[in-house]
Amino acid sequence: MEAIILQILNGLDKGSAYALIALGLTLIFGTLGVVNFAHGALFMIGAFCAVTLSRLLQLSHTVIDDSQTDFLGNPLKVEVPYLYDIFGQSTGDAIIDWAVPISILFAIPVMIAIGVAMERGLIKHFYKRPHADQILVTFGLAIVLQEIIKYYYGANPIPTPAPDAFRGSFDFGAALGFDPNVIIYPYWRLVYFAFAALIIGGVFAFLQFTTFGMVVRAGMADRETVQLLGINIDKRFTLMFGLAAAVAGLAGVMYTPINSPNYHMGMDFLVLSFVVVVVGGMGSLPGAVLAGFLLGILESFASMREVLEFLPGLNQIIIYLVAIIILLTRPRGLMGRKGVMEE
Amino acid sequence: MSKTNLTRRGLIKTGAVAGAAGLTLPTYLRADGHSGFTNAPTGSTVTLGFNVPQSGPYADEGADELRAYELAVEHLNGGGDGGLMNTFSSKALQGNGILGKKVEYVTGDTQTKSDAARASARSMIEKDGAVMITGGSSSGVAVAVQALCQEAGVIFMAGLTHSNDTTGKDKKANGFRHFFNSYMSGAALAPILANNYGTERKAYHLTADYNWGYTTEEAVRNSTEAMGWETVAAVKTPLTQTDFSSYIAPVLQSGADVLVLNHYGGNMVNSLTNAVQFGLREKQVNGKNFEIVVPLYSRLMAKGAGANVKGIFGSTNWHWSLQDEGSKAFVQSFGTKYGFPPSQAAHTCYVQALLYADAVERAGSFNPCAVGEALSDFQFDGMGNGPTLYRGEDHQCFKDVLVVKGKENPTSEFDLLEIVEITPVSQVTYDASIFGGELGACNPGA
Repeated sequence: MEAIILQILNGLDKGSAYALIALGLTLIFGTLGVVNFAHGALFMIGAFCAVTLSRLLQLSHTVIDDSQTDFLGNPLKVEVPYLYDIFGQSTGDAIIDWAVPISILFAIPVMIAIGVAMERGLIKHFYKRPHADQILVTFGLAIVLQEIIKYYYGANPIPTPAPDAFRGSFDFGAALGFDPNVIIYPYWRLVYFAFAALIIGGVFAFLQFTTFGMVVRAGMADRETVQLLGINIDKRFTLMFGLAAAVAGLAGVMYTPINSPNYHMGMDFLVLSFVVVVVGGMGSLPGAVLAGFLLGILESFASMREVLEFLPGLNQIIIYLVAIIILLTRPRGLMGRKGVMEE
Repeated sequence: MSKTNLTRRGLIKTGAVAGAAGLTLPTYLRADGHSGFTNAPTGSTVTLGFNVPQSGPYADEGADELRAYELAVEHLNGGGDGGLMNTFSSKALQGNGILGKKVEYVTGDTQTKSDAARASARSMIEKDGAVMITGGSSSGVAVAVQALCQEAGVIFMAGLTHSNDTTGKDKKANGFRHFFNSYMSGAALAPILANNYGTERKAYHLTADYNWGYTTEEAVRNSTEAMGWETVAAVKTPLTQTDFSSYIAPVLQSGADVLVLNHYGGNMVNSLTNAVQFGLREKQVNGKNFEIVVPLYSRLMAKGAGANVKGIFGSTNWHWSLQDEGSKAFVQSFGTKYGFPPSQAAHTCYVQALLYADAVERAGSFNPCAVGEALSDFQFDGMGNGPTLYRGEDHQCFKDVLVVKGKENPTSEFDLLEIVEITPVSQVTYDASIFGGELGACNPGA
């Protein structure tokens, strides 16, 4: 029982990341009809927004400390953040400590701008081209973006820790009456799950309860009719691309304390996220979210030692296995609509 | 009784194909490509091939290896401060190149993929005339390139490769490794772990699912079980895994009180970060503090894990804070040129380049068989690891091994590990036959 609860919890945070990326992918596909293989790169750029802001907050000037020496035996150059000069050491440390949450504010405009620039600068030229062309150009773009990040930030992972207040783990076991230490779960992963739920809820509310969202949903259903009504749907769809980029970017920002970001992290999520979209049903936003959590939890269960002893390697194929079974039984995915990607 | 269907037309066709194939044979298989051995240098220069990861996940480590090789070439050609040539016990190198020939080099990108590494090594041998190939940051790559060099008839001086197999079951007469291996890590770590954590411990291993992971798990298990530890579980993790939470969460349920992370590179950074996030190190199990062990440390990787490495034991081949004359000379030379201290990958690559050049000088020839003979059972000192033997039986270097610990209060971004003990070479020496494999005969490519 404890193991089951533990793996469900593990699946929730993994599923949160899948769901957020798949949600953005589905938004882009549903509005613009583009299969965006650069979406994983947007997740990665979001993570590097956190790295960038963290470095900006730690911008320092050098002070020579004669009492210590560096590795060459010269007087040690100590880096003192400018924040210390402005706010004092304790406040400066607190701001640096909270770099990741603060990065959310930094990442939203940056990611929207990148998304809009990407759509206007490149992707709009491929709307009327076959999906294969769209996949090739966006995949190429993803490689270019990750190589740019590698050039500036290097290939090694960059530690970007959570604030001190969220380090450590919560003992669910003790809270639920089980033995202590049996069901533990890091605080930051709980934060990530709550954050994902908030973003997903926010996107749905935006689409459901705002006039802008209503027009976008109408455009997703019948683009030509909406345009005939004199509404500039292209402009709104461009903004939706920006919104999808921001969702992926925020997923990346908040993921940095879970795994130190590196230039390749987007690719690690991209393929799985596409499977999530297909399993959920092409163009279905609730389907993407549902499939994200479902596959995240199944992946966690497949990584259990007891399962691996019985079926070695299951953890590496479980998502694809489930995708095959679902597509055989429900060819349009869990919540797919008739007519999408079927022409 | 067999019957042949050879016709005149068939014979002509076969001859034509064979002729065409002859024109496209690799240089090293053609008679005009050598003078008794592959890529014999004929002019005033000699070309070395530096095959390092310039792209992919170990690109930063590869960049440090390349810096070290460039420094070695500078020193071999008489430039700079001479670096380790000043402290090396052998005085055959004069700073006038190798055998009077100016050292030039070409580089290849292994991408940390065996097929890509073989292709770049082949290109450097066939097109650029490299007489020696060196470098790399992966055991899979090292084994693959070593086999290629054996076929091609050139010397392979391995870079960072830690699997027992490189000089164990996959050893080759043309291949030589200066870096230590999994067995040595286990043998060096076990007594330190026993001293610090006691002999009644239950260990849980997470192991990267490939060659190096297996040999490291085996080595650490054998060493720790020999001193009384029990292994409660060993779980293989996919090399492509990035989030290890589903592997780490069940660790406490297993009753284990030590987690051994047989991971390297990005795997190590992520699994260690996840384990610390789960608060394992703050837990008490079986009445003892829960502990984590990382058998192979790299400073560049430790940087990726940040503060999570604090207090965690591991082993390393070399560290820039060593205070012997060789290490100080290398750190001075490298640090002055590049502005930061060298990594263990840089050190082993620099040393391998100098050892090759020295062996050529002592042998008086670039012939790989003569060079191999000069390296086999060669004893030297002054290269940063104390007295060292290049054992002739398996072409593995035997020297002291460093046990290190993540530093509690680092003073800089480079000051991440502290040396806990320098384990004497006698404690990590083993019988060459225990890992099987055949060295075979040296191949000069003739």
